[in-house]
Amino acid sequence: MASRFTRKLALNKDKIFNLVLSFFAVLLIFLGVGFFLSLFNASYLAFKKFGIGFFAGKNWDPVQEEFGALPFIYGTILTSFIALGISFPFSIAISIVLGEYFQKGFFAEILRYLTELIAGVPSVVLGFWGLFFLVPLVREIEIALNVPPYGVGILTASIILAFMILPYSASIGKDAMRLVPNELKEAAYALGATRWEVIKKVMIPYARSGIIAGIILSLGRALGETMAVTMVIGNYHGIPESIFSPGNTIASVIANEFTEATGEVYLSSLMYLGLALFIITTVVNLIGRFILKKLQH
Amino acid sequence: MKSYHFRILKSKIISVFLTLFAILSTVPFLLVLYFIIKNGISVINWEFLTSLPKPVGEPGGGILNAIVGTTILIIIALILAVPFGIFTGVFLAEKGDSKIAFLSRLVVEILQGVPSIVVGIIVYLWIVKPMGHFSALSGGVALGIMMLPVVIKSTEEILKLIPREIKEASLALGVPYYKTILKVVIPAGFSGILTGILAGTARIAGETAPLLFTAFGNPFLNFNILKPISAMPLLIFNYAVSPYEEWWAKAWGASCILVVFVLTLNIITRLISKR
Repeated sequence: MASRFTRKLALNKDKIFNLVLSFFAVLLIFLGVGFFLSLFNASYLAFKKFGIGFFAGKNWDPVQEEFGALPFIYGTILTSFIALGISFPFSIAISIVLGEYFQKGFFAEILRYLTELIAGVPSVVLGFWGLFFLVPLVREIEIALNVPPYGVGILTASIILAFMILPYSASIGKDAMRLVPNELKEAAYALGATRWEVIKKVMIPYARSGIIAGIILSLGRALGETMAVTMVIGNYHGIPESIFSPGNTIASVIANEFTEATGEVYLSSLMYLGLALFIITTVVNLIGRFILKKLQH
Repeated sequence: MKSYHFRILKSKIISVFLTLFAILSTVPFLLVLYFIIKNGISVINWEFLTSLPKPVGEPGGGILNAIVGTTILIIIALILAVPFGIFTGVFLAEKGDSKIAFLSRLVVEILQGVPSIVVGIIVYLWIVKPMGHFSALSGGVALGIMMLPVVIKSTEEILKLIPREIKEASLALGVPYYKTILKVVIPAGFSGILTGILAGTARIAGETAPLLFTAFGNPFLNFNILKPISAMPLLIFNYAVSPYEEWWAKAWGASCILVVFVLTLNIITRLISKR
């Protein structure tokens, strides 16, 4: 018999249930705020000592306790943008092939799996492969070009990064191409355009913001990628003179030095780097997602 | 105006060219796979899976510590991220218009893009530093944080796809709201949530950076979650950058197991979500 008592109990349970749901959502917000505050707090010592000039300083000298982040900022931006440059033509090609030429069928499925699954290969495994396959290859190229044959360095890291970010921009680009309305394409065909002309003059302009969002999101990946880059970039603290010289990124410096950092200023400087990386990647990602969201509505 | 035939020909040539480019971009993946299988498969045998590492120079030995470590780390991450993720996902699907939901979604988006190394630093500050030493627990928490946005997103998205009528039918029968969610809505979205959990597991199984300053690694077998623990990716990293050829061989073997595990999870996830 459902008495008033049991009904009231059920209502109370509903209230508790709603509270539990809200609790987790609020906890998540605290988690996000906590991320920022903890990093800020931990990097405060370095911030007080070096200020914003930290990012313009060229020296990273743990012995003298003098820390400047410019070489790593430079390394991060250089590797990420070279990686974008390498992956861009492939990303566009995949977007067009999977978004227009082969939208369904066996070939499309296989191609999609093979291009996307590299995103599932752990970063450390790609780095390991890079050490044993890519580094000797780049060294051969460097010998042929008559530059110091390090093998490891900015170029090697950029190539690995390009492999890692390609699936992201390609997959978003493909989706954007598929969103082009058929009426638009048919109108262009009716006017006598060839398939390539339809792609170039109708589809790419229409899908442009989606393609750009994909590139921005893959840039976000590249900026923060750690393990593979750490393994092949050469761990050099100066400003790299060319794309063949070794270097460091923000992420690779943290990975290499965090557990060995002695002294509070040293550790705090690494946290400061972490904070900068967190802010940069977050801003880049939110811009990319914002563009994507506008596209979906 | 160029001739029609020329334009047709140009269009065809470009399509061939683009298709070749797209096929070319699968080469790195195939090369990685070939390398790992070629170098790894010969290393894997029963002893490799069931014994602990031996010092350099002694033949034999295996990676049992890393297999156990990764298993424990994934279990800790699942225990933390699955209930947290599902409840938050339900909240976002049910009360999606509220201010709290807006902020939570923002955090989910931030967490999706946060570099894994930053998660490592955060968990170091939150757990390792107060405790005074590295631990499996802190590694599991770091992986749990990485997994969280995947579980939340997939839960939210699948629950939004479930027809309102199902929920309304249950409520109309007098089933209380909480029971409707727990016994009707969540089971209806089960496959989607499971996909999210599998995708999340695939994301974290190969993560190294968040473990560097949390789980840290351990050459011995460890079941105590308050002590440092090994993990497959940590072992691969340490062996890969070592100067010993026999350790490289072990790292290939471990890479092979890890990649097969992660790719299988990825493919299962795709097959389920396609249905």
